Amino acid sequence: MPAPMLIQAESVSREYRLGETVIRAVDAVSLRIKQGEFLALLGSSGSGKSTLLSMMAGLDRPTSGAIRVRERNLAELEADELARYRRDTVGMVFQSFNLLPRMTLEENVELPLRLAEVDRTDRQSRVGEALERVGLSARRRHRPSELSGGEQQRGALARALVNRPAILFADEPTGNLDSANGEQILLLLHEIQQSLGMTIIMVTHERPLAERFANRIALLSDGRLVSDGAQR
Amino acid sequence: MRTRDLGELAVRNLREAVLRNSLTTLGVAVGVASLVAMLSLGVGLQTLASQRLTRSGLFDAVFVTSQRNFRGPRQPPPDAAPKRDSRPLDDDARQQFSKLSNVTEVYPQIRFITDVRYAGKSESTSVLGLPDSSRSSGAFEGMTGVYFSSPTAEEAILQMEFAKLLTDQPPSLVGKNLTLRYAERVALSKYADDEALLDAMMGSGKPGGISPGSISIVPHEKTLRIVGITESDPSAGIGGFGGARVYLPLKTAEQLHVAQPDDVQAFLSGNPAKPSYMAMTVRVRSPKDVPQVEAAIKQLGFATFSLLDATKSLRLVFTVFDLFLGLFGSLALTVASLGIINTLVMAILERRREIGILKALGATDRDVRSLFFAEAGAMGLFGGFFGVALGWLIGSALTWGTTIYLHRQNLPGVKISYVPWWLALSAIAFAIIVSLIAGLYPASRAARLNPVEALRYE
Repeated sequence: MPAPMLIQAESVSREYRLGETVIRAVDAVSLRIKQGEFLALLGSSGSGKSTLLSMMAGLDRPTSGAIRVRERNLAELEADELARYRRDTVGMVFQSFNLLPRMTLEENVELPLRLAEVDRTDRQSRVGEALERVGLSARRRHRPSELSGGEQQRGALARALVNRPAILFADEPTGNLDSANGEQILLLLHEIQQSLGMTIIMVTHERPLAERFANRIALLSDGRLVSDGAQR
Repeated sequence: MRTRDLGELAVRNLREAVLRNSLTTLGVAVGVASLVAMLSLGVGLQTLASQRLTRSGLFDAVFVTSQRNFRGPRQPPPDAAPKRDSRPLDDDARQQFSKLSNVTEVYPQIRFITDVRYAGKSESTSVLGLPDSSRSSGAFEGMTGVYFSSPTAEEAILQMEFAKLLTDQPPSLVGKNLTLRYAERVALSKYADDEALLDAMMGSGKPGGISPGSISIVPHEKTLRIVGITESDPSAGIGGFGGARVYLPLKTAEQLHVAQPDDVQAFLSGNPAKPSYMAMTVRVRSPKDVPQVEAAIKQLGFATFSLLDATKSLRLVFTVFDLFLGLFGSLALTVASLGIINTLVMAILERRREIGILKALGATDRDVRSLFFAEAGAMGLFGGFFGVALGWLIGSALTWGTTIYLHRQNLPGVKISYVPWWLALSAIAFAIIVSLIAGLYPASRAARLNPVEALRYE
């Protein structure tokens, strides 16, 4: 039985205005992503891959076109509905980790649960579960500044997973890591995709990593989708 | 986000920039303190004035006279009750007044001219009977000697100016005796069988007959012990009109049966048997009860007079006074609110990325706005608490300083600053409201931040 369609980008464009100049960061991209896929958005700097990811993650809205996630057009959602989509359906990992420096690791991981108004009794077990999955149970009381880059990214991954999202968006997750730590993160993502059946959409400019871990690569150049093919 | 989580995050954020947030909170506290100190001064002075005036007996009293002999300083209003046959101001009337609601005390004005004899000197002056309630009127504070030992004590208090007429050393009079020579009112029926007395009174010529209930006025003497000498004139509040120089306990004065000016009129009107009084004082529970009691007494057919209008003017003055003090106090809080705006706007700049992360994790605009509101409100709450405490300390210091100054002037200390519970709670609530208003702009600005731009911010 084929996997159901999860995300459909239909002729999505995103324009920015810089004075009189209009910059088209994403230009009429159409993309269909099935549930459980590990898609790598590949492209050089300024190709529009991060902009496309932001729109699919509900952080930004397209200037034209539609992005449908489970048949709901994100472009038509109210701001609060979009926030709930990010909270309940999406998990995000960033290049610069984006852990809150004043909070401990477990408090950072707990944050999405606070926003989702999960009961306090459930929170501790879910935080423990997420930290255990990324191998950071022993570092739960540490602040981000006391963790290595790889640990911070694993912590960010735990935070992205704690709400049990359907889609995990990763924007250059290995960009700030050495190759060993980068590989460890991608192994984790792969393991999560395999074990949880989670859909993962990753932006990267490192073709070897994309080819090794993703099961599909979409190549963007100057805001356009230039190729879209299955790897495995 | 749940309120508890919001509170925890807000307090955590405040703790992170502890110096800046403490200084901002201190600014709010100083603003609230100035407001509380100003208003506590206003409330304290108003309370002091009210207490003093109430204790003076001027504002919780209705002065009653009989319409037949004296209407009092104020004419009855045109819509007053229709004039009935004028009634005597006697013990029956006194009983009726006592039964009116909100009346706490009714006593007649026993005032008479007497000849005071002391150490061979003789001085003519006015005597007034004081009810026992005048003990707490405040008029005898700082008096040389003590107040009457009992309501029926055969004791006297002298007014200082009069005491100086008797001796060069007025304080030395305390403990000494003086003699009052006065005109006693005697009901003749009491002596109806005493022919000798009748003869003495009527002289050699036999009258056509002594009508029953006739009265006679005979000179009499009474020796009293001087227990105190007062600088002030307490008679203004107690009796309604000042001017007495010697004071006795009211019951002692009543037992003297001194002839009153009304006796002559009673005699002429043919009903001299019952003693009547020139005026009575009716005390009420609080100044606000005066109009109702005054109206009821007028209904009974008596003329009344009160100083209620004066209290209304006084309240107006203090309301305006409080308003201005409050306005000056609020200025400081307004300046403090600018500090809150500044702190929170700075926090938005510093925490731009954090706001982006929160939004990326699913925080709604409302969550972000509420978080900044909670931080502003927390600064207001803490600032309000510290401000009230600081304001109370400033007020206490003012009272302390004033008391020291008054003691140096040989005057009793007074509490000029007073922080009632409603002022403390209102000041804290006001601080929170001002802080929330100050947080309005920063919070809505934070909520409107675009998450992509916020996340890009370094």
